[in-house]
Amino acid sequence: MHKISVKINGNAYEEEVESRLLLVHFLRDKVNLKGTHVGCDTGNCGACTVFLNGKPIKSCNMLAVQADGAELTTIEGLERDGALHPVQEAFLDKFAIQCGYCTPGMVLSALALLQSNRRPNEEEIREAIEGNICMCTGYQQIVDAVAHAADLMGQSRS
Amino acid sequence: MIPPKFEYVAPASLSEAAAFLAAHPGDAKLLAGGQSLIPVLKLRLASPGFLVDLGRIAGLSYIREEPASGGKPGAVAIGAMTTYAEIKQSALLREKCPLLQQTVAVVADVQVRNRGTLGGSLAHADPSADMPAAILALGGELKAVGPKGERWIAVGEYFQGMFATALAPDEVLTEIRVPVLTGQRSAYLKAARRATDFALVGVAVRLRVGKDEKCEEISIALTGVTDRAFRAAGVERALQGKRLEPKLIEQATADVVQGVNVMGNIHGGAEYRAQVARVYAARAIAAAK
Repeated sequence: MHKISVKINGNAYEEEVESRLLLVHFLRDKVNLKGTHVGCDTGNCGACTVFLNGKPIKSCNMLAVQADGAELTTIEGLERDGALHPVQEAFLDKFAIQCGYCTPGMVLSALALLQSNRRPNEEEIREAIEGNICMCTGYQQIVDAVAHAADLMGQSRS
Repeated sequence: MIPPKFEYVAPASLSEAAAFLAAHPGDAKLLAGGQSLIPVLKLRLASPGFLVDLGRIAGLSYIREEPASGGKPGAVAIGAMTTYAEIKQSALLREKCPLLQQTVAVVADVQVRNRGTLGGSLAHADPSADMPAAILALGGELKAVGPKGERWIAVGEYFQGMFATALAPDEVLTEIRVPVLTGQRSAYLKAARRATDFALVGVAVRLRVGKDEKCEEISIALTGVTDRAFRAAGVERALQGKRLEPKLIEQATADVVQGVNVMGNIHGGAEYRAQVARVYAARAIAAAK
Protein backbone atom coordinates (compact mmCIF):
# COMPACT_ATOMS: atom_id res chain seq x y z
CA MET A 1 0.00 0.00 0.00
CA HIS A 2 1.11 3.54 -0.73
CA LYS A 3 -0.06 6.75 0.83
CA ILE A 4 -0.87 9.36 -1.79
CA SER A 5 -1.87 13.02 -1.52
CA VAL A 6 -3.80 14.63 -4.34
CA LYS A 7 -5.83 17.77 -4.81
CA ILE A 8 -9.13 17.11 -6.56
CA ASN A 9 -11.30 20.06 -7.63
CA GLY A 10 -9.45 22.17 -5.08
CA ASN A 11 -9.89 19.77 -2.15
CA ALA A 12 -6.97 17.87 -0.63
CA TYR A 13 -7.24 14.11 -0.19
CA GLU A 14 -4.90 11.62 1.45
CA GLU A 15 -5.55 7.92 0.90
CA GLU A 16 -3.86 4.54 1.13
CA VAL A 17 -3.92 2.84 -2.26
CA GLU A 18 -2.86 -0.49 -3.65
CA SER A 19 -0.13 -0.31 -6.34
CA ARG A 20 -2.44 -1.59 -9.04
CA LEU A 21 -5.40 0.72 -8.32
CA LEU A 22 -6.25 2.70 -11.47
CA LEU A 23 -6.79 6.43 -11.12
CA VAL A 24 -10.36 6.14 -12.45
CA HIS A 25 -11.25 3.62 -9.74
CA PHE A 26 -9.59 5.80 -7.13
CA LEU A 27 -11.78 8.74 -8.19
CA ARG A 28 -14.99 6.73 -8.38
CA ASP A 29 -14.64 4.31 -5.49
CA LYS A 30 -12.28 5.95 -2.96
CA VAL A 31 -13.28 9.59 -3.44
CA ASN A 32 -16.82 8.80 -4.57
CA LEU A 33 -16.74 11.13 -7.58
CA LYS A 34 -18.90 9.12 -9.97
CA GLY A 35 -18.92 11.70 -12.79
CA THR A 36 -15.76 10.19 -14.25
CA HIS A 37 -17.01 7.21 -16.25
CA VAL A 38 -15.49 3.86 -17.15
CA GLY A 39 -16.39 3.26 -20.79
CA CYS A 40 -14.20 0.93 -22.82
CA ASP A 41 -11.61 0.37 -20.07
CA THR A 42 -8.99 -0.03 -22.82
CA GLY A 43 -7.80 3.56 -23.21
CA ASN A 44 -9.79 4.23 -26.37
CA CYS A 45 -13.10 5.88 -25.50
CA GLY A 46 -12.14 8.86 -23.32
CA ALA A 47 -15.15 8.61 -20.95
CA CYS A 48 -12.67 8.60 -18.04
CA THR A 49 -10.96 11.86 -19.11
CA VAL A 50 -9.87 14.13 -16.26
CA PHE A 51 -7.36 16.99 -16.00
CA LEU A 52 -4.00 16.07 -14.46
CA ASN A 53 -2.09 19.25 -13.60
CA GLY A 54 -4.27 21.11 -16.11
CA LYS A 55 -4.03 18.67 -19.03
CA PRO A 56 -6.59 16.10 -20.15
CA ILE A 57 -5.55 12.47 -19.66
CA LYS A 58 -7.33 9.11 -19.55
CA SER A 59 -7.66 8.08 -15.92
CA CYS A 60 -8.09 4.39 -16.83
CA ASN A 61 -4.57 4.51 -18.33
CA MET A 62 -2.85 5.68 -15.19
CA LEU A 63 -2.24 4.30 -11.71
CA ALA A 64 -3.55 6.24 -8.72
CA VAL A 65 -0.08 6.09 -7.18
CA GLN A 66 1.35 7.90 -10.23
CA ALA A 67 -0.93 10.85 -9.39
CA ASP A 68 0.66 11.36 -5.97
CA GLY A 69 1.24 15.10 -5.54
CA ALA A 70 -0.87 16.05 -8.55
CA GLU A 71 -3.81 18.38 -8.99
CA LEU A 72 -6.84 16.82 -10.64
CA THR A 73 -10.02 18.31 -12.05
CA THR A 74 -13.04 16.11 -12.72
CA ILE A 75 -16.40 17.03 -14.24
CA GLU A 76 -17.67 17.77 -10.71
CA GLY A 77 -15.10 20.57 -10.47
CA LEU A 78 -16.51 22.70 -13.30
CA GLU A 79 -19.62 24.27 -11.81
CA ARG A 80 -19.30 27.39 -9.70
CA ASP A 81 -21.76 28.20 -6.89
CA GLY A 82 -24.39 25.94 -8.41
CA ALA A 83 -24.04 27.45 -11.89
CA LEU A 84 -22.91 25.22 -14.75
CA HIS A 85 -19.71 25.98 -16.64
CA PRO A 86 -20.31 27.60 -20.07
CA VAL A 87 -19.13 24.40 -21.78
CA GLN A 88 -21.76 22.43 -19.84
CA GLU A 89 -24.40 25.05 -20.74
CA ALA A 90 -23.40 24.82 -24.39
CA PHE A 91 -23.83 21.02 -24.39
CA LEU A 92 -27.37 21.49 -23.05
CA ASP A 93 -28.20 24.33 -25.47
CA LYS A 94 -27.10 22.32 -28.52
CA PHE A 95 -28.61 18.95 -27.50
CA ALA A 96 -25.10 17.46 -27.51
CA ILE A 97 -26.15 14.78 -25.00
CA GLN A 98 -28.15 11.65 -25.69
CA CYS A 99 -27.28 8.85 -23.31
CA GLY A 100 -24.77 11.13 -21.58
CA TYR A 101 -22.16 8.48 -20.94
CA CYS A 102 -19.39 10.20 -22.93
CA THR A 103 -20.40 13.70 -21.82
CA PRO A 104 -18.05 14.26 -18.83
CA GLY A 105 -15.04 13.32 -20.95
CA MET A 106 -16.29 15.30 -23.95
CA VAL A 107 -16.83 18.42 -21.83
CA LEU A 108 -13.32 18.21 -20.36
CA SER A 109 -11.70 17.64 -23.77
CA ALA A 110 -13.68 20.59 -25.14
CA LEU A 111 -12.60 22.77 -22.22
CA ALA A 112 -8.95 21.78 -22.72
CA LEU A 113 -9.22 22.93 -26.34
CA LEU A 114 -10.92 26.22 -25.46
CA GLN A 115 -8.32 27.04 -22.82
CA SER A 116 -5.58 27.05 -25.45
CA ASN A 117 -7.62 28.11 -28.49
CA ARG A 118 -10.45 30.58 -27.95
CA ARG A 119 -11.76 30.41 -31.52
CA PRO A 120 -11.27 26.86 -32.82
CA ASN A 121 -12.52 25.98 -36.29
CA GLU A 122 -14.45 22.78 -36.95
CA GLU A 123 -11.34 20.78 -37.87
CA GLU A 124 -9.61 21.81 -34.64
CA ILE A 125 -12.70 20.88 -32.61
CA ARG A 126 -12.89 17.45 -34.25
CA GLU A 127 -9.18 16.84 -33.62
CA ALA A 128 -9.55 17.87 -29.96
CA ILE A 129 -12.29 15.29 -29.33
CA GLU A 130 -10.60 12.53 -31.34
CA GLY A 131 -9.90 10.65 -28.10
CA ASN A 132 -13.55 10.73 -27.00
CA ILE A 133 -16.00 8.30 -28.54
CA CYS A 134 -19.74 9.01 -28.68
CA MET A 135 -21.98 6.16 -29.82
CA CYS A 136 -25.20 8.24 -29.97
CA THR A 137 -24.93 11.68 -31.50
CA GLY A 138 -22.84 11.23 -34.63
CA TYR A 139 -20.72 14.07 -33.16
CA GLN A 140 -22.31 16.97 -35.08
CA GLN A 141 -24.23 18.32 -32.08
CA ILE A 142 -21.10 17.98 -29.95
CA VAL A 143 -19.02 19.91 -32.49
CA ASP A 144 -21.76 22.59 -32.60
CA ALA A 145 -21.79 22.70 -28.79
CA VAL A 146 -18.03 23.27 -28.59
CA ALA A 147 -18.28 26.13 -31.10
CA HIS A 148 -21.18 27.54 -29.07
CA ALA A 149 -19.14 27.16 -25.87
CA ALA A 150 -16.40 29.27 -27.47
CA ASP A 151 -19.03 32.01 -28.01
CA LEU A 152 -20.35 31.74 -24.44
CA MET A 153 -16.85 31.84 -22.95
CA GLY A 154 -15.98 34.83 -25.14
CA GLN A 155 -19.05 36.67 -23.83
CA SER A 156 -18.31 35.90 -20.19
CA ARG A 157 -14.78 37.25 -20.65
CA SER A 158 -15.89 40.59 -22.09
CA MET B 1 -10.24 -4.58 -16.14
CA ILE B 2 -7.82 -4.65 -13.22
CA PRO B 3 -4.05 -5.14 -13.57
CA PRO B 4 -2.53 -8.17 -11.85
CA LYS B 5 -0.86 -7.54 -8.49
CA PHE B 6 2.58 -5.94 -8.59
CA GLU B 7 4.68 -3.79 -6.31
CA TYR B 8 5.28 -0.17 -7.34
CA VAL B 9 8.64 1.48 -6.80
CA ALA B 10 9.59 5.04 -7.68
CA PRO B 11 13.38 5.48 -7.70
CA ALA B 12 14.69 9.03 -7.40
CA SER B 13 17.67 8.53 -9.70
CA LEU B 14 18.69 6.62 -12.83
CA SER B 15 21.39 4.68 -11.02
CA GLU B 16 18.83 3.57 -8.45
CA ALA B 17 16.47 2.45 -11.25
CA ALA B 18 19.21 0.50 -13.05
CA ALA B 19 20.33 -1.12 -9.78
CA PHE B 20 16.75 -2.19 -9.06
CA LEU B 21 16.44 -3.74 -12.54
CA ALA B 22 19.74 -5.58 -12.05
CA ALA B 23 18.58 -6.90 -8.65
CA HIS B 24 15.28 -8.22 -10.05
CA PRO B 25 16.13 -9.81 -13.40
CA GLY B 26 13.06 -10.66 -15.45
CA ASP B 27 10.67 -9.49 -12.73
CA ALA B 28 10.78 -5.69 -13.00
CA LYS B 29 9.33 -3.53 -15.76
CA LEU B 30 10.00 0.16 -16.34
CA LEU B 31 6.98 2.46 -16.36
CA ALA B 32 7.27 5.62 -18.48
CA GLY B 33 4.00 7.25 -19.63
CA GLY B 34 2.14 3.95 -19.26
CA GLN B 35 -0.02 4.39 -22.36
CA SER B 36 0.99 0.97 -23.69
CA LEU B 37 2.12 -0.75 -20.50
CA ILE B 38 -1.02 -0.14 -18.44
CA PRO B 39 -3.36 -1.53 -21.13
CA VAL B 40 -0.98 -4.53 -21.43
CA LEU B 41 -1.24 -5.10 -17.67
CA LYS B 42 -5.03 -4.73 -17.73
CA LEU B 43 -5.24 -7.34 -20.48
CA ARG B 44 -2.91 -9.48 -18.33
CA LEU B 45 -0.52 -9.92 -21.23
CA ALA B 46 2.29 -9.27 -18.73
CA SER B 47 2.52 -9.68 -14.97
CA PRO B 48 5.81 -8.28 -13.68
CA GLY B 49 6.48 -8.43 -9.94
CA PHE B 50 7.58 -4.78 -9.88
CA LEU B 51 6.80 -1.62 -11.82
CA VAL B 52 9.69 0.84 -11.68
CA ASP B 53 8.28 4.31 -12.32
CA LEU B 54 10.63 6.67 -14.17
CA GLY B 55 8.20 9.52 -13.58
CA ARG B 56 9.81 10.62 -10.32
CA ILE B 57 13.33 10.95 -11.75
CA ALA B 58 14.15 14.58 -12.52
CA GLY B 59 15.82 15.62 -15.75
CA LEU B 60 14.51 13.06 -18.24
CA SER B 61 12.18 15.44 -20.06
CA TYR B 62 13.81 18.00 -22.38
CA ILE B 63 14.33 18.97 -26.01
CA ARG B 64 17.58 20.81 -26.68
CA GLU B 65 20.04 21.44 -29.47
CA GLU B 66 23.47 19.84 -29.31
CA PRO B 67 25.88 21.80 -31.52
CA ALA B 68 28.28 19.97 -33.83
CA SER B 69 31.50 19.04 -32.06
CA GLY B 70 34.45 16.69 -32.46
CA GLY B 71 33.44 15.59 -35.96
CA LYS B 72 29.86 14.83 -34.85
CA PRO B 73 27.15 16.77 -36.70
CA GLY B 74 24.64 18.94 -34.85
CA ALA B 75 21.75 17.09 -33.25
CA VAL B 76 18.56 17.57 -31.30
CA ALA B 77 18.61 15.71 -27.97
CA ILE B 78 15.30 14.54 -26.57
CA GLY B 79 14.93 13.18 -23.06
CA ALA B 80 13.28 9.76 -22.97
CA MET B 81 10.39 10.97 -20.76
CA THR B 82 9.47 13.80 -23.13
CA THR B 83 5.79 13.44 -24.04
CA TYR B 84 4.31 13.45 -27.53
CA ALA B 85 2.50 16.68 -26.60
CA GLU B 86 5.82 18.34 -25.75
CA ILE B 87 7.31 17.17 -29.06
CA LYS B 88 4.24 18.48 -30.91
CA GLN B 89 4.62 21.93 -29.35
CA SER B 90 8.41 22.28 -29.61
CA ALA B 91 9.50 25.31 -31.64
CA LEU B 92 13.01 23.82 -31.87
CA LEU B 93 11.76 20.60 -33.49
CA ARG B 94 9.49 22.55 -35.83
CA GLU B 95 12.59 24.26 -37.18
CA LYS B 96 15.22 21.52 -36.93
CA CYS B 97 13.40 18.20 -37.25
CA PRO B 98 9.77 18.51 -38.41
CA LEU B 99 9.48 14.76 -39.17
CA LEU B 100 9.06 14.04 -35.46
CA GLN B 101 6.19 16.52 -35.26
CA GLN B 102 4.61 15.21 -38.45
CA THR B 103 4.63 11.78 -36.80
CA VAL B 104 3.39 12.63 -33.30
CA ALA B 105 0.49 14.54 -34.88
CA VAL B 106 -1.07 11.18 -35.82
CA VAL B 107 -0.16 9.25 -32.67
CA ALA B 108 -3.36 8.30 -30.80
CA ASP B 109 -5.24 11.31 -29.37
CA VAL B 110 -4.79 14.41 -27.19
CA GLN B 111 -5.07 12.57 -23.86
CA VAL B 112 -2.62 9.81 -24.82
CA ARG B 113 -0.18 12.38 -26.23
CA ASN B 114 -0.23 14.19 -22.88
CA ARG B 115 1.07 11.07 -21.08
CA GLY B 116 2.83 8.91 -23.69
CA THR B 117 6.58 9.40 -24.11
CA LEU B 118 9.05 9.02 -26.96
CA GLY B 119 11.34 6.83 -24.82
CA GLY B 120 8.43 4.65 -23.74
CA SER B 121 7.35 4.00 -27.31
CA LEU B 122 10.90 3.15 -28.44
CA ALA B 123 11.58 0.87 -25.46
CA HIS B 124 8.25 -0.92 -25.94
CA ALA B 125 9.02 -1.40 -29.68
CA ASP B 126 5.50 -2.27 -30.78
CA PRO B 127 5.77 -3.44 -34.42
CA SER B 128 2.88 -1.12 -35.38
CA ALA B 129 3.94 1.99 -33.43
CA ASP B 130 4.58 5.21 -35.32
CA MET B 131 7.70 6.57 -33.62
CA PRO B 132 10.07 3.70 -34.57
CA ALA B 133 9.58 4.50 -38.28
CA ALA B 134 10.29 8.20 -37.73
CA ILE B 135 13.38 7.51 -35.62
CA LEU B 136 14.75 4.98 -38.13
CA ALA B 137 14.25 7.37 -41.03
CA LEU B 138 16.02 10.10 -39.07
CA GLY B 139 18.98 8.03 -37.91
CA GLY B 140 20.90 9.10 -34.84
CA GLU B 141 21.66 7.46 -31.53
CA LEU B 142 20.00 6.31 -28.34
CA LYS B 143 21.59 6.58 -24.91
CA ALA B 144 21.22 3.69 -22.49
CA VAL B 145 22.22 3.85 -18.83
CA GLY B 146 22.90 0.65 -16.90
CA PRO B 147 24.71 -0.46 -13.75
CA LYS B 148 28.04 -0.29 -15.63
CA GLY B 149 27.50 3.22 -16.94
CA GLU B 150 26.19 4.64 -20.18
CA ARG B 151 26.53 3.67 -23.83
CA TRP B 152 25.21 4.87 -27.18
CA ILE B 153 23.28 2.61 -29.56
CA ALA B 154 23.01 3.47 -33.27
CA VAL B 155 19.36 3.68 -34.33
CA GLY B 156 19.99 1.16 -37.13
CA GLU B 157 20.99 -1.49 -34.59
CA TYR B 158 18.30 -0.76 -32.04
CA PHE B 159 15.14 -2.57 -33.21
CA GLN B 160 15.65 -6.33 -33.02
CA GLY B 161 12.18 -7.84 -33.34
CA MET B 162 8.66 -7.74 -32.00
CA PHE B 163 8.85 -5.82 -28.68
CA ALA B 164 12.61 -6.54 -28.74
CA THR B 165 15.39 -3.95 -28.73
CA ALA B 166 19.15 -3.72 -28.19
CA LEU B 167 18.55 -2.55 -24.59
CA ALA B 168 19.86 -4.96 -21.96
CA PRO B 169 17.34 -5.98 -19.26
CA ASP B 170 19.07 -3.74 -16.70
CA GLU B 171 19.43 -0.70 -18.98
CA VAL B 172 17.27 2.41 -19.08
CA LEU B 173 16.80 4.36 -22.33
CA THR B 174 17.44 7.99 -21.34
CA GLU B 175 17.97 10.08 -24.47
CA ILE B 176 17.31 10.07 -28.20
CA ARG B 177 19.54 12.14 -30.48
CA VAL B 178 18.36 12.91 -33.98
CA PRO B 179 20.22 14.86 -36.66
CA VAL B 180 19.33 18.46 -37.51
CA LEU B 181 17.50 18.33 -40.83
CA THR B 182 17.85 21.89 -42.06
CA GLY B 183 17.34 21.87 -45.83
CA GLN B 184 15.56 18.52 -45.86
CA ARG B 185 11.94 17.75 -46.46
CA SER B 186 9.95 15.06 -44.73
CA ALA B 187 6.58 13.37 -44.33
CA TYR B 188 4.91 10.67 -42.25
CA LEU B 189 1.93 8.93 -43.79
CA LYS B 190 -0.15 6.37 -41.94
CA ALA B 191 -2.91 3.98 -42.89
CA ALA B 192 -5.04 2.97 -39.91
CA ARG B 193 -8.47 1.49 -39.40
CA ARG B 194 -9.57 4.41 -37.25
CA ALA B 195 -7.99 7.83 -36.82
CA THR B 196 -6.51 7.10 -33.39
CA ASP B 197 -5.28 3.55 -34.06
CA PHE B 198 -1.84 2.07 -34.36
CA ALA B 199 -0.53 1.93 -37.93
CA LEU B 200 -1.71 -0.72 -40.34
CA VAL B 201 1.19 0.70 -42.34
CA GLY B 202 3.18 3.83 -41.54
CA VAL B 203 5.85 5.37 -43.78
CA ALA B 204 8.38 8.01 -42.69
CA VAL B 205 10.43 9.78 -45.37
CA ARG B 206 13.08 12.44 -45.27
CA LEU B 207 14.93 13.63 -48.35
CA ARG B 208 17.06 16.40 -49.78
CA VAL B 209 16.63 17.59 -53.32
CA GLY B 210 19.47 19.48 -55.05
CA LYS B 211 19.32 22.52 -57.33
CA ASP B 212 19.04 20.27 -60.39
CA GLU B 213 15.99 18.64 -58.74
CA LYS B 214 17.89 15.41 -58.25
CA CYS B 215 17.44 13.54 -54.98
CA GLU B 216 20.74 13.90 -53.10
CA GLU B 217 19.75 12.01 -49.99
CA ILE B 218 16.72 9.93 -49.06
CA SER B 219 15.77 7.81 -46.08
CA ILE B 220 12.56 5.75 -45.93
CA ALA B 221 11.35 3.67 -42.97
CA LEU B 222 8.17 1.63 -42.52
CA THR B 223 6.24 0.38 -39.52
CA GLY B 224 3.32 -2.02 -39.20
CA VAL B 225 4.55 -4.26 -42.01
CA THR B 226 6.66 -6.85 -40.23
CA ASP B 227 7.88 -7.67 -36.70
CA ARG B 228 9.84 -4.40 -36.44
CA ALA B 229 10.25 -1.06 -38.19
CA PHE B 230 12.72 -1.24 -41.10
CA ARG B 231 14.52 0.92 -43.65
CA ALA B 232 13.53 0.40 -47.31
CA ALA B 233 17.15 0.41 -48.47
CA GLY B 234 16.37 -0.89 -51.96
CA VAL B 235 13.90 1.91 -52.65
CA GLU B 236 16.36 4.46 -51.29
CA ARG B 237 19.07 3.18 -53.66
CA ALA B 238 16.70 3.27 -56.64
CA LEU B 239 15.85 6.93 -56.00
CA GLN B 240 19.26 8.26 -54.94
CA GLY B 241 20.66 10.72 -57.47
CA LYS B 242 17.51 10.68 -59.63
CA ARG B 243 14.72 13.14 -60.25
CA LEU B 244 11.72 12.07 -58.19
CA GLU B 245 9.26 11.74 -61.09
CA PRO B 246 5.94 9.99 -60.29
CA LYS B 247 6.73 7.13 -62.68
CA LEU B 248 10.10 6.44 -61.04
CA ILE B 249 8.61 6.61 -57.52
CA GLU B 250 5.97 4.09 -58.53
CA GLN B 251 8.55 1.72 -60.03
CA ALA B 252 10.89 1.99 -57.04
CA THR B 253 8.24 1.53 -54.35
CA ALA B 254 6.90 -1.61 -56.07
CA ASP B 255 9.79 -3.39 -54.32
CA VAL B 256 9.31 -1.80 -50.90
CA VAL B 257 8.57 -5.10 -49.09
CA GLN B 258 11.06 -7.20 -51.06
CA GLY B 259 12.81 -9.59 -48.69
CA VAL B 260 10.47 -8.62 -45.83
CA ASN B 261 8.30 -11.18 -44.05
CA VAL B 262 5.01 -9.25 -44.22
CA MET B 263 2.61 -9.78 -41.30
CA GLY B 264 -1.00 -10.68 -41.75
CA ASN B 265 -3.61 -10.42 -39.05
CA ILE B 266 -7.31 -9.74 -38.51
CA HIS B 267 -6.85 -6.09 -39.57
CA GLY B 268 -5.22 -6.88 -42.88
CA GLY B 269 -3.77 -9.94 -44.60
CA ALA B 270 -0.14 -10.00 -45.74
CA GLU B 271 -0.97 -9.39 -49.40
CA TYR B 272 -3.19 -6.42 -48.57
CA ARG B 273 -0.64 -4.97 -46.17
CA ALA B 274 2.12 -5.28 -48.78
CA GLN B 275 -0.01 -3.39 -51.30
CA VAL B 276 -0.85 -0.66 -48.76
CA ALA B 277 2.90 -0.39 -48.05
CA ARG B 278 3.66 0.15 -51.76
CA VAL B 279 0.93 2.75 -52.18
CA TYR B 280 1.72 4.63 -48.97
CA ALA B 281 5.48 4.59 -49.61
CA ALA B 282 4.88 6.22 -53.00
CA ARG B 283 2.48 8.77 -51.50
CA ALA B 284 4.83 9.58 -48.60
CA ILE B 285 7.75 10.23 -50.97
CA ALA B 286 5.52 12.41 -53.16
CA ALA B 287 4.29 14.27 -50.06
CA ALA B 288 7.83 14.90 -48.84
CA LYS B 289 9.30 16.15 -52.16
